[in-house]
Amino acid sequence: MRSTPRRTSYGVKGAPYAFLIPAGLLFLLFFALPIGYAVWLSFRKVRVSGLGLGAGAREEVWAGLENYTGALSDSELLDGALRVLGYGCIVVPVMLGLALVFALMLDSERVRLAPVTRLAIFLPYAIPGVVAALLWGFLYLPDVSPFYFVLDRFGLPQPDLLDGGPLYLALSNIAVWGGTGFNMIVIYTALRAIPAEVYEAARLDGATPLQTALRIKIPMVAPSLVLTFFFSIIATLQVFSEPTTLKPLTNSVSTTWSPLMKVYQDAFGNGDIYAAAAQATLIALATLVLSFGFLRAANRRSKQEAAR
Amino acid sequence: MSSVALRKAEPAAGTTRGPARPRRIALVPTLTLLLGAVYCLLPVAWVVIASTKSGSELFSTFTFWPGTGFADNVADLSAYRDGVYWQWMGNSALYAGLGALLSTCVSAVSGYALAVYRFRGRESLFNVLLAGVLMPPVILAIPQYLLLAKADLTDSYLSVLLPQILSPYGVYLARIYAAAAVPSDVVEAGRMDGAGEWRIFSRVALPMMVPGLVTVFLFQFVAIWNNFLLPYIMLSDDEKFPITLGLYTLLEQGANTPALYTLVITGAFLAVFPLVALFLVIQRFWSLDLLSGAVKS
Repeated sequence: MRSTPRRTSYGVKGAPYAFLIPAGLLFLLFFALPIGYAVWLSFRKVRVSGLGLGAGAREEVWAGLENYTGALSDSELLDGALRVLGYGCIVVPVMLGLALVFALMLDSERVRLAPVTRLAIFLPYAIPGVVAALLWGFLYLPDVSPFYFVLDRFGLPQPDLLDGGPLYLALSNIAVWGGTGFNMIVIYTALRAIPAEVYEAARLDGATPLQTALRIKIPMVAPSLVLTFFFSIIATLQVFSEPTTLKPLTNSVSTTWSPLMKVYQDAFGNGDIYAAAAQATLIALATLVLSFGFLRAANRRSKQEAAR
Repeated sequence: MSSVALRKAEPAAGTTRGPARPRRIALVPTLTLLLGAVYCLLPVAWVVIASTKSGSELFSTFTFWPGTGFADNVADLSAYRDGVYWQWMGNSALYAGLGALLSTCVSAVSGYALAVYRFRGRESLFNVLLAGVLMPPVILAIPQYLLLAKADLTDSYLSVLLPQILSPYGVYLARIYAAAAVPSDVVEAGRMDGAGEWRIFSRVALPMMVPGLVTVFLFQFVAIWNNFLLPYIMLSDDEKFPITLGLYTLLEQGANTPALYTLVITGAFLAVFPLVALFLVIQRFWSLDLLSGAVKS
């Protein structure tokens, strides 16, 4: 774009930079600086001399990779990572599977009550994770839960939902409940954007609704599925508030249940911000590597489509 | 811009898909969706009913049988620690309302700049901003806390408000919306008339971006209202807590004293109520198409 003299203090050339100043400043202060500080802290440690009393007895020194080797051999962190992996293996497929099924059902012909059910399924999105965990937490408690009431009436076994294996299901259920509607809307919006001629062709070929769904609709909304998959993975890795909220209700959720809870616990519970910083950096790195690899693959795909 | 996604599918799509057949109900899809709706409404229905029960009714009567104690529960909750509950609600409204407003302004001006101008470093700037989405919140919040502590700003309203103003997702949405809604010849015409860049943005482009910005505002409002981690890390004075953190502390105290259960349940109901009401009223204005990037001008 050619710059021509303007009466304003900045020309066309300077304008975008001026417009981006607020975002840039906020980014530096609340994203770049904290991340840089965390990385810096991750290479530091406190050396205590003598009894650790008095001024100068505790000084911050260079630690090299010590915090990192410590984090990688920390069994609590690794256990937490494994737990979240197991949790993610339940949440992501179930949530996206349900979202896809609901979106296809909404998009099918002659379906009734679609607007009402769509709104109902999307509703949990408006409910904070803490409140969702709290509501389900009460529904898991034998004293107040309708499920236990029914089980009791029929003399069926009453499993403890807040312990052992069922705990994973209980936690996964909260995430599935909260996230399905949002993903359903994303996929449904993509389904609506499929041109009608495509269906016309399928109809002429005599495709059944199921065939249309499997052979045409799902492949055509693949980019949305990729997007929802991506966001679900990130959200799963970052699970924090739901297990934290369930903690007061059961002893099975430890303070280090998920990696992020472990980071929080180390930083504020144990006061070791250096170890916490190293763990946080590792988790951020893992997220970034995963995301960029994933986005690259997705981008390549969409570029091919854009080229058409 | 295609219409709001949540509105009922226009019949046009359906009619072009098949010949006019007798209108039978598609049973399997309808039932599946109904089941999904029941699943999603179950906890909400439960909390609505449970909040009407007095402490003894909660444990003695059938779960889905309404009780008689709603007014008492609300009175108890309001009396709890001199009405700190309503203070939490007010704080949440402040954090979410003001935060979302500021966030929308920043997103609008940044998204517009990234969409309308061609300049060096545009894509790399955009990508760096977007990378912010990928940062796990704890990883940001802990050093943010340590840095704000150095500035003596922790445990203040600002410590919760400031870190949430820049929303990479909001900038992303504003950019794709501006690219679709603000035609470049309109910007060019403004320049021909001798208007400055800021004037073109504020007088011409901004009104065109309003529907998209409403979406950005709502997303950010929900995100801040629902945020737990940042206030959990930043705040220790419960007068400044938002509702999520307040309810959590209430649950923490109430978990071992079933007498406090009714307070927690009534508190959860009242906390869900405004957001669900807001959600039902404004869902028409959400341009959810933005989510999948499916913006048509």
